[in-house]
Amino acid sequence: MSGVVGLEILSPGPLTTVQDMGRFGMLGGGVCPSGALDQTAVRLANALAGNASYGNDAPAALEMTLLGVAAVFRTDTVFAVTGAAMPLTLNGQPINAYESIRASAGDELRCGFATTGCRAYLAVAGGFVVPRVMGSRSTHLKCGFGGFEGRKLRAGDVLPMSVVGSGVKAGVKVNPSMIHPAADQPWVVRVADGPQLDRFSKPAIHEFLGAEYVVSSQSDRMGVRLDGPAFTSEKGSDILSDGIPLGAIQITNSGQPIVLLADRQTIGGYAKPFVVIEADMPIMAQVRPGEKVRFRRTSMREARRLSALEWTETALKIRRIEDQHSGVTQILGFRIRGG
Amino acid sequence: MSERIRFLPAGERALVVECGETIDPAVNAKVVGLAASLSAKPIPGVIESTASYRSLLVLFDPMRVGEGSVKRQLSRRLRSLSTDVSASAPSDIVELPVCYGGAYGPDLNDVAAHTGLTAEEVVRRHSAAVYRVYMIGFMPGFPYLGGLPDELATPRLSTPRALIPAGSVGIGGNQTGVYPLDSPGGWRLIGRTPRRLYDVNSSKPVLLAAGDGVRFIPISSEEYARLEGIKPEARP
Repeated sequence: MSGVVGLEILSPGPLTTVQDMGRFGMLGGGVCPSGALDQTAVRLANALAGNASYGNDAPAALEMTLLGVAAVFRTDTVFAVTGAAMPLTLNGQPINAYESIRASAGDELRCGFATTGCRAYLAVAGGFVVPRVMGSRSTHLKCGFGGFEGRKLRAGDVLPMSVVGSGVKAGVKVNPSMIHPAADQPWVVRVADGPQLDRFSKPAIHEFLGAEYVVSSQSDRMGVRLDGPAFTSEKGSDILSDGIPLGAIQITNSGQPIVLLADRQTIGGYAKPFVVIEADMPIMAQVRPGEKVRFRRTSMREARRLSALEWTETALKIRRIEDQHSGVTQILGFRIRGG
Repeated sequence: MSERIRFLPAGERALVVECGETIDPAVNAKVVGLAASLSAKPIPGVIESTASYRSLLVLFDPMRVGEGSVKRQLSRRLRSLSTDVSASAPSDIVELPVCYGGAYGPDLNDVAAHTGLTAEEVVRRHSAAVYRVYMIGFMPGFPYLGGLPDELATPRLSTPRALIPAGSVGIGGNQTGVYPLDSPGGWRLIGRTPRRLYDVNSSKPVLLAAGDGVRFIPISSEEYARLEGIKPEARP
């Protein structure tokens, strides 16, 4: 395989796809955004791999589900893995997640089965270079376009990579972003009101917010399906179909909630009483089948405050990563440019 | 005939503008008009919108624009939308050639039997109507069409087909539509169009838009083959 610049996949894991921040402007045409589900984790991975300056135009990374890839770098580069905690090795030696790591052509990366979380992100300096489709490099799995040939990765695929990467600094670190609940404790996911909350009675809403739901193994990139007490409305759950925002909690006629993610249908005919706030969408990307979820209602004002806080925290982390990359150190709050 | 406009919450970074309660061309025209206004002259901080039968989902970045400001600007635009009745007429009529019956429309005879009409009469009535695209969704490019003559309504198949070829024209209950992609589905198939409603490689990947009109033009299987650019002997 000499002469090929890229990442050669030896073993793809069950579902590994190329994703960026998503495809925008096509909702009106029925095209869902796709994109990385844990946007905080992918932003940190890109920043660690030296890609922070791209901003929202972040290069594409790999999203790996539960079990990661085994792969060989066919070029010198710098990479980082974030998100779900997968045991990582480079040429058999353990390496850290949330740290930029240098790799030489021929080095073998193995990402094992996640001990916590569901989705990990592998970003490389300059990103994976696949064609943009409708403005994005994200894989649209259902329709088979975008990403790498519109599909999940297979053994033998060679993902083209940028060759700009070898100058990026290794050893840049950041703290993992997510706090997992103690074993057997539920995730607490905050929700704001959705368009059809008024179809549900006060007692039914009270019961829903007090209940514990279990993440179903039927969950996928379209939505997190939850099993638990039925949340029903005497008016029924069928509505005149309308647009579905990211994180909408859709209640089917059986009363089971589905939290809709990046690969959702753009329009749907089930009631949406609540919407998961943006700050907690990374949780919905990381919950694993069998884990428990509880919902806590917040006001719009509080939801905005929490989501802005989350955004600012991530932006500050990215700033610190950029500073480490460019040799700027912080002393007593002053940014000092080093050699 | 002016319906009450309601703003509904949709999480902290979206809201729904509900222009009515029913499937109605005038209500949908308001939704489409508001969406068009947002595309033509974006509100800073508003990211995009999804038009549906009677409401518009508006996504915005709460770090860039307040919800109150979005609502005020949307209200102002709704007031300035033309109240002209002709606004509810389709903005653009797209003609879709359809080869009815045969291998392309395996359920045409079932629809005829259910409706008590001849197959020819089903085709005549189906292709005489002008349909309104109320919204695009379910899958990329899929048009929800209104205007199926009542007498053509036919229940869906009790067992959906595993694979329906792209371009298939079907009837499901009181709706008619075209499958933009190969997909499973339960509608009764009465014909197929060689035009692509969704083409990922096109500069305009989705052919139709909410607010468009659609008319089906009956064509022969020879014409279908010519339009699709395949040899007649290679036809199914």
